[in-house]
Amino acid sequence: MNLRLPAWLRQGWRRLPWRGSTGRLLLLTLAVFAGMAALSPDRFLTRANLESMAFQFPELALLAFAILLTMLSAGIDLSVVATANLAGILAALVLTRWWPGLADGPAPFAVAAAGITALAAGGACGTVNGLLIARAGISPILATLGTLQLYTGLALVITRGHAVYGFPDALLFLGNGLWLGVPMPFWLFLGAAGLLAVLVNRTAFGVEARLLGTNPLAATFAALPVRGVLFRTYLASGLLGGLTGLLMIARTNSAKADYGSSYLLQAILIAVLGGVNPAGGFGTVLGVSLAVVALQALGSGFTLLGFSNFTREFVWGLFLLLIMVLNRLGRTNRQP
Amino acid sequence: MNPTAASPSPPPPRLLRLLRAFGRHEAAVLGLLVVLAAGIGLLNPAFFSWANACNLLKSSVTLGLLALGVLVVLISGHIDISFPAIAACSMYVTCLAARALPGLDHLWLLFPLAAAIGATLGLLNAWLIHRFQLPALIVTLGTAGLIRGGMLAFIGTRILTDLPASLIAFAKAQIFERPAPGGGTVGLSLSFFVLVAAAAGVWLFLNRTVAGRGVYAMGGAPEAARRAGFNLGWLHALIHGLVGLLAGIAGLIHAAHMRNANPFDIVGIELTVIAAVVLGGASITGGRGSVAGTLLGVALLVILNHSLLLVGLASEWQKVFLGLVILLSTGFTARGARRRLPWTAPVYTP
Repeated sequence: MNLRLPAWLRQGWRRLPWRGSTGRLLLLTLAVFAGMAALSPDRFLTRANLESMAFQFPELALLAFAILLTMLSAGIDLSVVATANLAGILAALVLTRWWPGLADGPAPFAVAAAGITALAAGGACGTVNGLLIARAGISPILATLGTLQLYTGLALVITRGHAVYGFPDALLFLGNGLWLGVPMPFWLFLGAAGLLAVLVNRTAFGVEARLLGTNPLAATFAALPVRGVLFRTYLASGLLGGLTGLLMIARTNSAKADYGSSYLLQAILIAVLGGVNPAGGFGTVLGVSLAVVALQALGSGFTLLGFSNFTREFVWGLFLLLIMVLNRLGRTNRQP
Repeated sequence: MNPTAASPSPPPPRLLRLLRAFGRHEAAVLGLLVVLAAGIGLLNPAFFSWANACNLLKSSVTLGLLALGVLVVLISGHIDISFPAIAACSMYVTCLAARALPGLDHLWLLFPLAAAIGATLGLLNAWLIHRFQLPALIVTLGTAGLIRGGMLAFIGTRILTDLPASLIAFAKAQIFERPAPGGGTVGLSLSFFVLVAAAAGVWLFLNRTVAGRGVYAMGGAPEAARRAGFNLGWLHALIHGLVGLLAGIAGLIHAAHMRNANPFDIVGIELTVIAAVVLGGASITGGRGSVAGTLLGVALLVILNHSLLLVGLASEWQKVFLGLVILLSTGFTARGARRRLPWTAPVYTP
């Protein structure tokens, strides 16, 4: 049978990542959804559950995007959660203490002030990382290990370890409201994912970052703007951290220096589960998005089934090892 | 080897020889440590009291044991972030076993048991890393979740307050006791000598055994090490087994110091321990690192952790200082390394 599809459709079909690790991941995500739906049919596929999932996972997704971006150039940003917390705390302090009357003023103005503060703080943290890595030549894992301590320390010093809470409703809407029946964090996630997909796939920066990650020596000899690419990578990662910080305080109505301390390892786990190569050069926004949705579905399903968070941690670890081993076995079969 | 060696020059003064053997980075950390201690001591003489010294040494035992394990992994060019989970798991399982079997209540049974559990879990890491050629970061991220989640979900979450009697006696044991100013006596905890023994053992292993030199060789260039005849599989088993073993012992000592076995403890310390080892001059890409440097890094960290209150700074500043020290030390190392490289060298080595 010779069915001639239009060229754009055929090409589009071929471009879809059915094969390789993203394909396996899609199957895994569907399997998790099917399995959870089968195990608790009256609760998992309900609107309430799906909605609560869509409120929860975007924070983690944004952090995993930052890890994806830095892993493309074979680096890592260990300071991203600390950046998010510091940005969230600064935004929270602007709203509650440093600018009296802001919270009582016009709502869009307060949200804009918080957003600009968070993004500026995230951008500043990213700039410091970028300078340390691109200019001072410290390896990313060490530079961000240092700034992780530094940013967490600054957040602790500013707040003296206490939580900052009580924000205007307009900001809380960003974390808890619905727009067109869909949770606001999910819209933020979609926007960030779209922007990042364009950045990674459709700009010179994205290509250069991947080339740099594949072979730093070759990239240097090919006269790629290595320092510029590195700097922009960590700046973008910091901005994503700032956005996460804004989302965190909008969702929880409080900012604390040690919030989400387990998020860092989870974000790395999600990025790697999503097919990002920690050695650099490969990773897709779609893969990371699928991984975060799969893990959230697994977590929510487990909670519905009455398992503890600890079972979830156990299964996540098992998942990560299984996926990595399967990917490895698949690769060795193809290249004997 | 070098042309000037033909005419015998007088041996350099002993202090200089000592410094050379010590390495430049270690000397810099030692200098920083001395300056820090002197500064704190000037601001508050209580820093130099016997009680404070004993307290600092006791606090460095758990961190030091974990750091020695991380040192070996970093030298081999890998990384491990599952060691806190391994420490917590071996500690908790050992204490549970001692509750169930009263005959186990003896130090020479408890410590080998914890070490054996830790080593077994370490071997799991080694198998996954070597058999499937997976990045150590990812494998240990997975096993950390597996071990901690498995322990909390299937073994228990309850904090055990009735530790084996021998363990309590061990934690209370002190030597060099002196009368304390407030009454009673302060002395050096016996557990400090576990760290001394472990440091000596790891030093002997790294510097005086073929396998230890193999760890350095593997960190420098794995393929070259393999062709030189090192069995990388055995080295992996040895390295990760050793990390697990040290983590198991560290976990049990932590429980003894705390007087309870809390399965939620220890986890979360991984990046701090790695920071201490890096501070001590170990290279994160492998091939470089020393026991002396690691112990100095741990000492710096412990002093930062415990002494800021003595000089009237809120403990919140601790992480700020730690971050700055890490950035400064790695920044200088990177600067020095780049200066020795030809202009064609890449500006970026991840």
